[in-house]
Amino acid sequence: MAELSVQEIIKPENLVYQKTKLMTDKALSYCPGCGHGTAHRITMEVIEELGKENDTIGIAPVGCSVLAYEFMNVDMQEASHGRAPAVATAIKRLWPNKVVFSYQGDGDLAAIGTAETIHACNRGENIVMIFINNGIYGMTGGQMAPTTMIGMKTSTSPFGRDVALHGHPLKITELVAQLPGTRFVTRHSVHTPAAARKTKRAIKKAFEAQIAGVQGTAFIEIVSNCNSGWKMTPIDSNNWMAENMFPFYPIGDIKVDGKLIEK
Amino acid sequence: MGELKLMKGNEALAEAAIRAGADGYFGYPITPQSEVIEYLMAEKPWERTGMVVLQAESEVASINMLYGGGGTGKKVMTSSSSPGISLMQEGISYLAGAEIPCVVVNVVRGGPGLGDIQPSQSDYFQSVKGGGHGDYRLPTLAPSSVQEMSDFVPVAFDLAFKYRTPVLIVSDGLIGQMMEKVELFDPIPRWTDEEIVEMHPWATNGKPKGGERRIMTSLYLDPHVLEEHNYKLQRKYAEITKNEVRYELLDAEDADYLFVAYGSSSRIAQKSVKLAREKGIKVGLLRIISLWPFASEIINEFTEKGIKGFLSVEMSAGQMVEDIKLAVNGRTKVEHFGRLGGVIHSPEEVLEALEQKLIGG
Amino acid sequence: MTEEIIIAGFGGQGVLSMGKILAYSGIMQDQEVSWMPSYGPEMRGGTANVTVIVSDERISSPTLSFFDTAVILNQQSMDKFEETVKPGGVLLYDPNGISKHPTRTDITIYKIEGARLAAEMGNTKIFNMVVLGAYLKVKPIVKLENVIKGLKKSLPERYHKLIPLNEDAITMGMKNVVKI
Ligand SMILES: Cc1ncc(C[n+]2csc(CCOP(=O)(O)OP(=O)(O)O)c2C)c(N)n1
Ligand code: SF4
Repeated sequence: MAELSVQEIIKPENLVYQKTKLMTDKALSYCPGCGHGTAHRITMEVIEELGKENDTIGIAPVGCSVLAYEFMNVDMQEASHGRAPAVATAIKRLWPNKVVFSYQGDGDLAAIGTAETIHACNRGENIVMIFINNGIYGMTGGQMAPTTMIGMKTSTSPFGRDVALHGHPLKITELVAQLPGTRFVTRHSVHTPAAARKTKRAIKKAFEAQIAGVQGTAFIEIVSNCNSGWKMTPIDSNNWMAENMFPFYPIGDIKVDGKLIEK
Repeated sequence: MGELKLMKGNEALAEAAIRAGADGYFGYPITPQSEVIEYLMAEKPWERTGMVVLQAESEVASINMLYGGGGTGKKVMTSSSSPGISLMQEGISYLAGAEIPCVVVNVVRGGPGLGDIQPSQSDYFQSVKGGGHGDYRLPTLAPSSVQEMSDFVPVAFDLAFKYRTPVLIVSDGLIGQMMEKVELFDPIPRWTDEEIVEMHPWATNGKPKGGERRIMTSLYLDPHVLEEHNYKLQRKYAEITKNEVRYELLDAEDADYLFVAYGSSSRIAQKSVKLAREKGIKVGLLRIISLWPFASEIINEFTEKGIKGFLSVEMSAGQMVEDIKLAVNGRTKVEHFGRLGGVIHSPEEVLEALEQKLIGG
Repeated sequence: MTEEIIIAGFGGQGVLSMGKILAYSGIMQDQEVSWMPSYGPEMRGGTANVTVIVSDERISSPTLSFFDTAVILNQQSMDKFEETVKPGGVLLYDPNGISKHPTRTDITIYKIEGARLAAEMGNTKIFNMVVLGAYLKVKPIVKLENVIKGLKKSLPERYHKLIPLNEDAITMGMKNVVKI
């Protein structure tokens, strides 16, 4: 195959990839290497591919992704810490034909907002909940999260998470899968292109069902890194995540079409 | 004339929400206002007008549901009583910061803490001095009858959307639980989705085709930008202060003294006026309707005219009395009388306080 | 005309609904009314009371310390409310379950054997209507026809067939009230 010249590469017909127009041009505020950016992008790509740019309302959390509304180019609301599922509940009930999603971290979704999470899922709100589990409070400087692994060091578990002192890491995703209101519960990651593609397919499936009006909550966990909070390089953090977090937070579908997957 | 009914204050409020064209009610049960959500659930307004009603998992969830719904331009409302309203304060502050219209009703009970479930007015500070964090104010209406529990709902929604702000209705267990004759106003149709999109271009209900996306947020990380935002809010509050003061005067023309009271206390004080007049004491009543913005100007006028004193009558340890003192600024006597903890003062006690604290004192 | 009434007794005696019917009757003849119940744990102890005001004028305080009429249906309420009747006012009571009878001499006292009469009519539930009849005989503040209208308004449709029975009970009360 003949090599393409630069002139030819930039021709529109040779385009192989383009940033979705549903991501703004604003520079992401995330640390280089952080998974939040990829998770944002694939979510917005799905909205664009489904043609729902003008019918989508997203809810940003309090956490590192508090500024998600700066980057996601759709109508957005910035909720108070932990309450995105309640905010999303009201919007979806008042605008049943719109597409509604929440985007939350583990502190937001599984600590301060546990009640809102469980009850939105239990009511089977027809929303898509995207949950970034990085096992730490990134925004406030690396404190322990409900999902922090046993033995993991954070600024509030400086000697490692000790069950006697801090309790167990919370598998909120397995927990919500038990609730009759959830329709689709799945766990993914975005640390490799292949993983990101799979995650995107899951997100698309979740939104398609919402658009089709199939009742039930879609809950997508993305196990992600926080290289800054974990004090690692991005690559090390991804490796550490695969080695240490995936065994405890196994990747894959947990509940599909309202049925738990037999393991 | 509208439909005449005998209703509890809480029921009238609930019926008024439906008739005011509310799109959504989100609430969590708490005495003495649970009749609001009970009435709505029994009435099934989703069949009557399409209004959504949801029992939330907590007051925290309710207020954030208002954030979501109000942020899309829909007319949304919640109600609770004191402890529940305390829980909502973070959310109310966010609503004020993000300039989201909604109506919050507090049917006040005795506090602090779990307190009791009897009528009280001890949430005045919380209502008008900013119960949550940050420099914000809430237009606050205080109904004093079942009729006003109904009438103030559409007024509150109008204020909420006119100024893009949460609006408080502060009632109490007495007005909530009491039944009175109420003339229900004719139903106002709910806005259609198209009307909402047209009327409220700021609302996040799906990015307009070819237009810019909208954002509901109270976050401004740059202090200079947040300062600007605060100045904008303050200009709005100044506008509200100029336009929205509400009060009522009773037997005030020839009065030597004035009771100042709101809500159920104003009903009791009205009786005290009657008892006093029978004894030849010239006292009138200034009934405060908007707790904020406060009727400072009329208090100033009476002070200028040489009124001999004001007696603030509140079911609290003396909260509104501070605003009266600010308006009077030392020019005449201002005293407070009130029972605490959910005890309702009697008309006789109020009169006695006037005689002892102002006339005799 | 302003009539300020307290009705007080046990929870199950229909105290609140008696007050409600009275209030509705007032509305039926274009009067102002208020109905203020005791609520909450106060009622758990078994006692219930309601303040009803019927007036030609705007009603001021819906809670009061003194009343034109007290309708008293148990001993606790007698202990609490006998002294709240205004001088020259009326105290109406059912002697069943009362051990300490009222002693005031500056008020007019009436007796109605409500519980016994209702039992004789074969339906203890209409007890409060017998008492209401007795009250209306003493204080005819609302016309009987307006009471019937008020009943219709305050009872759900499915109970409307019981209205004649209620009317009989009211008549029974009117006939049997005794001045002491
Ligand atoms: C009521 C309240 N409490 C605490 C905070 C401080 N706070 C902001 S973000 C955060 C934790 C966020 O962690 P997570 O949800 O895991 O998101 P991440 O930053 O890791 O993406 C906390 C505790 C707050 N904003 N509001
Ligand atoms: S602190 Fe952690 S979660 Fe936050 S942006 Fe940086 S890497 Fe991502």
